[in-house]
Amino acid sequence: MEQPSAVVLLGAQRFDPNLQAASESLHADGRIGLITAGWQERESEDEELVSHLGGNTINLRLHERGEQIFAGDPELRAAHRERQDLLRHTQDFYRIRLEHLREAERIIAQRTAPSGIHIEEGRTSVEAIRELDIRHLANCARLHVAFELRWGLGKRPSVLRHRAEIAEAVGGCSVIAIAGGHVASLINRLALFGIGSLVGGKVVLAWSGGAMAVSDRVVLFHDDPPQGPGVSEVLDAGLGLVPGVVLLPHPEQRLQLNDRQRVHRLVNRFLPARCLALPARSHLTFRDGKFSSIEGVLELRLDGENVPFRSAS
Amino acid sequence: MSAVLAIDELLASAPDAARVTAFLSGRKVPIVEGSIITFCWLGHADAVSLRHWIYGLESATALSRVSNTDLWYLKLDIPSYSRVEYKYTVHRGGASEWIEDPLNPNRARDPFGANSVLQAEGYEAPAWTRRDPSVREGLLEPHVFNSASLGQRNGTLYLPARFRRTRQYPLLVVHDGSDYLNYASMKVILDNLIHRLEIPDLIVAFTDSPDRLNEYANDPLHARFITEELAPDLATHFPLIDRPQARCLMGASFGAVAAFSTAVRYPDFWGRLLLQSGSFAFTDIGTRNRRGPLFDKVVAFVNGYREMPRAVSERVFMSCGVYESLIYENRSLLPLLSATGMEVRLVEARDGHNWENWRDRLREGLSWLFPGPLSFIYE
Repeated sequence: MEQPSAVVLLGAQRFDPNLQAASESLHADGRIGLITAGWQERESEDEELVSHLGGNTINLRLHERGEQIFAGDPELRAAHRERQDLLRHTQDFYRIRLEHLREAERIIAQRTAPSGIHIEEGRTSVEAIRELDIRHLANCARLHVAFELRWGLGKRPSVLRHRAEIAEAVGGCSVIAIAGGHVASLINRLALFGIGSLVGGKVVLAWSGGAMAVSDRVVLFHDDPPQGPGVSEVLDAGLGLVPGVVLLPHPEQRLQLNDRQRVHRLVNRFLPARCLALPARSHLTFRDGKFSSIEGVLELRLDGENVPFRSAS
Repeated sequence: MSAVLAIDELLASAPDAARVTAFLSGRKVPIVEGSIITFCWLGHADAVSLRHWIYGLESATALSRVSNTDLWYLKLDIPSYSRVEYKYTVHRGGASEWIEDPLNPNRARDPFGANSVLQAEGYEAPAWTRRDPSVREGLLEPHVFNSASLGQRNGTLYLPARFRRTRQYPLLVVHDGSDYLNYASMKVILDNLIHRLEIPDLIVAFTDSPDRLNEYANDPLHARFITEELAPDLATHFPLIDRPQARCLMGASFGAVAAFSTAVRYPDFWGRLLLQSGSFAFTDIGTRNRRGPLFDKVVAFVNGYREMPRAVSERVFMSCGVYESLIYENRSLLPLLSATGMEVRLVEARDGHNWENWRDRLREGLSWLFPGPLSFIYE
């Protein structure tokens, strides 16, 4: 699959946007294909966004197209619902296991024992969580493959027509801009319309949830949710356009960066991937396997600290 | 904080009416100095006592009069983060009356009137319990239901601000619904929590009973009304998600018994339960609980469940005030429910058996039972 010529990643845009500056710096001479499927029913409310992007845009309307497909293809709609239900159960059960593993880790860490055992058991705790994450991703992938094999989206007329229209629209674009929003909804639509196979040679400009969706693994996180201590959880695979990183937008609201233990656990869990926090106004570009044009991005480190992300590799 | 309490300074100053006036002027009453609370009442009386509902303390404790003045006071050690509802009993000329504290503007309303509220150090009413003008409001509409089991029932339906018929919604059924709306700010809280993405858009049925002490005490007709009549009727008229995980029953006190006993009668139908200060009276010997005959049916139900505990729901959120006697029953129920394989959480608060205690626990309960899209949304 041909890779994008560059992927530009930005932090949250809601209160302190840098999208316009990032867009202008691309010097794109073609149209910008816009994906706001993460906004769900508000997908078409893109006036402000269009103005930030300079006006020459076409919204690919992935959410609306999905709704049209399901309205006209009840069989696929039922199958899609069933698959989503399975994914939801898979996520629930994964979360239950994850919370119990975290609890076991906490209890073991509190026990008095020789330090050698503690180190070994700590390692075991992390490995158990890593294995669970990997298995969860595999379970999700299995469900996606089974769905594709059973329903053949690439050959199904109701889907084909929209995919063709999208391919034509994208063909005339030099940039694909992917907004954030509901990240599960977004990756669902990106997969439904095979967007990953359409971005080759183009610049992908993605921010917040959109940035998460173009990485190879979407991690949901919130250190202080209202229902109790938050445990980050893997949701599903992303488009994989920016491999080897876990992208964490909204760190100002969602991460307790001064809690070194939490930061350490997060980083250790996802090694060798690097955990990058994307605060508002942050920016980085991924091109030819390297990062450049880095501004404001924080790398979370194994020692629990966070530092400006500088590495170009 | 001064090492010497304000009241002790006053007492040491040969107080008179002028000094008392100066003492009270601009001062927030009750006086909170660390964990020491000084209650004050000013007026002519033969005696004054504090009436509170803290289980474990004397329910009526006498205030002392400051010599040569009309000021009465009482010092109590009350832990931080406590919230205590109280009144004064004023005795004059052989008569007594219960009054709210005229020096304290904090009030809590309930179906019986109002109480004064002590907010101990560290407690403040959560911001999400207050109306936020920037939040889009959901819609409350009256709902009349003709039940074959119980006759006509009036209730209220809540539809979220962005309600769309093309979407599907979880259902929450609330016992004592009018009281939750009137005394626990539940409409405001639903609006706020939905706006903050902490709970999903919900459809909420607020139900009431004209005979709650009977109908809520494990009455099969009530359970049938809720499960076989109301829920299917709502599903006919509204786009509800048809899964146990998307159906929740809740209630407080006897309302919690109603919710739990209904779930027990219809296992695996109500996948979420929110039980606040449940009146889960039981006995370890005999059949008569100390709480009296009103609880006989509850005792029979809870004793029966304790003999044969089983999973009837998936997630159960319980809350209870540590200043209510029911904390014993609720703590007892926790391991029993957990052992069945249900996910159970009990949250305790330094509060009593009252609507604002139940109000203050709604965010944690609802967001645990129905996590909102907060973890999914990255704008």
